Amino acid sequence: MSTKDEVFEKVKEALIDALGVDDDEVTPEATMVGDLGAESIDFLDIVFKLEKGFNIQIPRDELFPDDILTNAEYVQNGRVTDSGIALLKQRMPFADLSKFEKNPVVQDFGNLLTVQDLCNYIAAKVGAV
Amino acid sequence: MRWFLIDRFEEFISGQRATAVKAVAMTEPSVDDYSVTYPRFPSSLIVEGIAQAGGILVSQINDFKNRVVLAKINHSAFHFFATPGDRLVIDVEILNLQEFGAVVSGMARVDGRIQSEVELVFAYLGNEFEGVQLFEPGGFCRVLRCLKLFDVGVNPDGTPIHVPQHMLDAERFDLEKYDQYFASQAAS
Repeated sequence: MSTKDEVFEKVKEALIDALGVDDDEVTPEATMVGDLGAESIDFLDIVFKLEKGFNIQIPRDELFPDDILTNAEYVQNGRVTDSGIALLKQRMPFADLSKFEKNPVVQDFGNLLTVQDLCNYIAAKVGAV
Repeated sequence: MRWFLIDRFEEFISGQRATAVKAVAMTEPSVDDYSVTYPRFPSSLIVEGIAQAGGILVSQINDFKNRVVLAKINHSAFHFFATPGDRLVIDVEILNLQEFGAVVSGMARVDGRIQSEVELVFAYLGNEFEGVQLFEPGGFCRVLRCLKLFDVGVNPDGTPIHVPQHMLDAERFDLEKYDQYFASQAAS
């Protein structure tokens, strides 16, 4: 069984490899898009590296809830509704949505995911302690 | 014309891997003109050849209905120059297949020696590119026939792969168009 530190180190390695970022840029607080410069295509590569590194399957909708963010039932006037937020929390228990919740503009969602969120997701998948 | 940077497939297992060949010739302007007095096949074009083989491998999974584009070159290494007379044997393998694209490894060898190694990320164009057609289907089908894809291509269980119906329809449409053109020329 991996420890959370081991998960972080492996995630860091995957991000350095996929994004060409420096070792010291990959901090738990760094956002994938804003701080590390990840583009949509990079996530395909990152998912591959994480699946390979941890021997797990990562269904896309677990990390990227596009189906919620494009559903008129959960998005009104470019903002995620209360029921949408509730569903996001249920779908993404690993992510800290507290900031987003205060001003849930859909277009800001892409810059929400941090390295720590990713580590939390993986840790839950592999049962890290 | 488009550049086709592989000459033919020698092995093709749907959804898994493929082997293609590319013969490097002095008659190619890209070889002759690239570096005066030292003809060699540019490494960038070798990557493109590997990407063409890999792209076809990924695209065939869905009967060439997905619009597959090369999105990223993860790693590339070139160990020596490919020069006229060399026969590049290109191996591509799907490492990871996802809903939105695929990761493919590629290697080119000359006489068994590894000439280049790459890892490529392919993406499927999404709905925002609705209506964008990368290839004219009838023409693309003829290219795939020229590359011997349907001669050597098999499914993982060994059964041959077939030309998709939508491509056969496109070929038939093209032929009818040509027939009409030649008939009108003969009549005038």
